[in-house]
Amino acid sequence: MAKKNIKPRVRVPKKLKKGEIFEVKTLVTHPMETGLRKDKKTGKTIPREIIRTFSATYDGIEVIRADWHPAMSANPYSAFNVVAGNSGPMVFTWIDDKNNSYKKEVMINVVS
Amino acid sequence: MDTNIVRRDFLKAGGIGTLFVSAFPLAAKATPDDAMQAIEKIIGAKTPKDERVNLVLTEIAENGGTVPLKVSVESPMSPEDHVKALHILTDGNPLPEVASYYMGPHNGRAFLSIRLRLLKTQNVIAVAEMNNGDSYIGRKNIKVTIGGCGG
Repeated sequence: MAKKNIKPRVRVPKKLKKGEIFEVKTLVTHPMETGLRKDKKTGKTIPREIIRTFSATYDGIEVIRADWHPAMSANPYSAFNVVAGNSGPMVFTWIDDKNNSYKKEVMINVVS
Repeated sequence: MDTNIVRRDFLKAGGIGTLFVSAFPLAAKATPDDAMQAIEKIIGAKTPKDERVNLVLTEIAENGGTVPLKVSVESPMSPEDHVKALHILTDGNPLPEVASYYMGPHNGRAFLSIRLRLLKTQNVIAVAEMNNGDSYIGRKNIKVTIGGCGG
């Protein structure tokens, strides 16, 4: 069951030339609970709940994959580069500690 | 009499020690040694060369909860010569690992931008693994005024 308050956001350039290196910016709203904090009222440790992996495919090919640890900030931001090939979808997947996955798809428009 | 005084001092010192430990239940912070061990776990018993990896960080972070970091590695990112993995670590957080990114020629540039948590003033370390087995390391010290691990 995916939570409602988890919102992935992605930004890519609107038009690209073939062979151009472009920047992909991603952000997902998530508390990234470290598992090290204590509840001040009960004194109990708040269980860890973070996004463990992040990956992106472009035109069906994986272009980046990441393992995340609790030291990633809340609402983790991640930007990277990709070479423009063909027009096609870019699909982003975030998976958390409970194996919930959150997806986002954007179109990459390559004008030759 | 002399032994008594010594004993009393000893007890006092012990008491202070216990207080210190209980006030910081999560004081098990990673040390530079832990960071080196984490790096060894990733790349094996090799010594990464201290070149090619550039970290861009502000010198002083007022809020350790979200510190922007940019990392780039000098590499042609061609099928023959590219960065296959880029690991981000720290040497003063409760756990040394931050993130590991796996990349390749389709990225065009070995570049990353993330935001991380820093508990205190420490070094941020980036280790690049190349496709030919070489590895490179870069590190940058950052001052943190308010820590961001919420301990």
